Amino acid sequence: MNALLMAPVLIPIFTAMLCIALWKWRYAQRCVSIVGAFALLGASASLLISIDTMPELNGVFATQLGGWEAPFGITFVADRFAAIMVTLAGLVGACTVVYSVGAIDKKRESAGYHALVQALLASVCGAFLTGDIFNMYVWFEIMLMSSFVLLTLGGERGQLEGALKYVALNLLSSSIFLAGIGLLYGLTGTLNMADLSVKLAALNETDTKVVSALSLLFMVGFGIKAATFPFFFWLPASYHTPPSVISALFGGLLTKVGVYALVRTFTLLFVGNYAFTHTLFLWIAGFTMLAGVLGAIAQKDVRRILSFTIVSHIGNMIMGLGIFGVAMHRASITTGVESEVLRGAGLFALAGTVFYALHHIVVKTNVFFITGIIEKMRGTTQLAKLGGLYHQRPFLSSLFFISAMSLAGIPVLSGFWSKLTLVRAGLQAETYAIVGVSLGVSVLTMYILTRIWAQAFWAPIPEDDPEQGGVARDNENREPNPRGFAWMMSPVVVLTGLTLALGLGASHTFALTMRAAEQLAGNESYISTVLGAPEPDPRRLVEFHDPIESELHAQIDDHLESGGH
Amino acid sequence: MNSLILQTTTRMLMPLMLLFSVVVLMRGHSDPGGGFVGGLIVAAAFALYGMANGPEALKKLLPINLQSFIGCGLLLAFCAGLPSLVMGGGFMESQWGSVMIPGLGDEPLHVGTPVFFDIGVYFVVIGVVTLFFQSLAER
Repeated sequence: MNALLMAPVLIPIFTAMLCIALWKWRYAQRCVSIVGAFALLGASASLLISIDTMPELNGVFATQLGGWEAPFGITFVADRFAAIMVTLAGLVGACTVVYSVGAIDKKRESAGYHALVQALLASVCGAFLTGDIFNMYVWFEIMLMSSFVLLTLGGERGQLEGALKYVALNLLSSSIFLAGIGLLYGLTGTLNMADLSVKLAALNETDTKVVSALSLLFMVGFGIKAATFPFFFWLPASYHTPPSVISALFGGLLTKVGVYALVRTFTLLFVGNYAFTHTLFLWIAGFTMLAGVLGAIAQKDVRRILSFTIVSHIGNMIMGLGIFGVAMHRASITTGVESEVLRGAGLFALAGTVFYALHHIVVKTNVFFITGIIEKMRGTTQLAKLGGLYHQRPFLSSLFFISAMSLAGIPVLSGFWSKLTLVRAGLQAETYAIVGVSLGVSVLTMYILTRIWAQAFWAPIPEDDPEQGGVARDNENREPNPRGFAWMMSPVVVLTGLTLALGLGASHTFALTMRAAEQLAGNESYISTVLGAPEPDPRRLVEFHDPIESELHAQIDDHLESGGH
Repeated sequence: MNSLILQTTTRMLMPLMLLFSVVVLMRGHSDPGGGFVGGLIVAAAFALYGMANGPEALKKLLPINLQSFIGCGLLLAFCAGLPSLVMGGGFMESQWGSVMIPGLGDEPLHVGTPVFFDIGVYFVVIGVVTLFFQSLAER
């Protein structure tokens, strides 16, 4: 079980190292990368299955790196939410390496593309699985480094411009995150997240107010990573610049790491002041959704439109987290049946966030993949120059249609169920404003996606424009070579199938996300698995021989007891 | 640079530096030293050689692909963490054993996974710093 928990991090690290060792041999790197990515998918899926089904685990499993006991060493923890996210990372990783066989050019491939992708996957899985807040920072840095190189790989002008914005804002976010960690450590003296949760709950009233202020640092730091309002603008400025396959990997996975970190910290650590922090989340969510969707309406390039819609979907996920906190706060000040209903709504909202993240990773990666194929066929993703795609490739077009409708939230597809969960939770928790915003944004998303469908797929190829008409005509015949095309199509087919499966088997998906949400809302099993129940107080384990020091500790104890509850 | 003094000094210093780096590497577990510092000393020796005889001569001295060398170092360091995982412990938990080596007296030699981790780091540092030097010298 130790090995299984570490596997999602160790497999991609090992693969990346092997790719570096095989630097000169491009084909060998490609094979190693594919094998590694599928091994990652297998390992993470079996981790999810065993976490979810083995009754003796109680849904959580933890391992201590190097055998150093928590809270002193670095802990790796997988609960259901983390396991779900790791499995999705494995899925996106496997699809990406298969797709890139047909999509990535020789120059990028021999400049270490495969090693970078694997390093990125390792860092994403590490960030999902770590139980130590500083270790999470380290994974974020590895993620930033590998994603920065992936963004600039190839060194085209537009890429460098986008990458500069990307790296500047993400460095800022990392330093804010690091400052937050430093302050948190100064306040509590621990970095282990389960231990932090215990220590933060035991703080006195003044310090709790400090923690509320401190949580804003994390909100901003992770908010930049997740591309929430008002820090989202680096995302649409950079995501359309690299090759589509890299955009797909980023659009599918990277922002969701920010969302994951927000959900983790604001359900485990900063839970003392729901009324303040999570109401703020509702505001952020509303503006994020609106900003993303309005930005998307103004764009004329498919990849830019899709980048902006990522932002608006991130808003939906944050909305679930916000509703959860607000519902929990209201449940704590009411009693009886009403309180129970609100608690249920909170759980629903969290389940909605998990479901939405799950659905969005699958679908967003897929639409970026399809856009990549279109770009290979036509040499452009500008809406005005596209057209007639349905006539040319009906199968590919129908796959796009399914994904786009799922993204817009049409019934039976996965997007519908995740939105329905969130809306229902919002109505139960009586947060009507945000539900209204979310529904309005859904309609606009629908409009944007039908516009892509109508212009790029249904409209005839533009020909009356004297400058571009000829180009489009020439491009009609630009068929990608059939071998490469098959490599690119297979992950698209798999991901579209998965969208359908997630939607049609919504009851199973929902049950799983509900179990994950229950774990997130009640942290007992997470904390007791990491620290070992009952939680020992390290100060009491040590025998103090120094009279001055033990006096000091007695004073601290008194202070804590009188100032605490 | 074509300096007779530097070339002659390098010829005498380089073997000393390489030997010293191995000493630093091996004593690293319980005393100051270790893979990182040892690797830097080797890289400094190569850099000295490169400065005295030119980057072309350094390339001839090291007829290997440095990227692959770095990769192998990483793999070695990584594999040092695996035995404990296979035995059911945490990743990177140290495992120690002792080996009797004939001719080295009656004391058994203590060998553990941290030594291999350090050797891996040693390789990586040698590779990375030498690669830095080579790419800068070629400009």
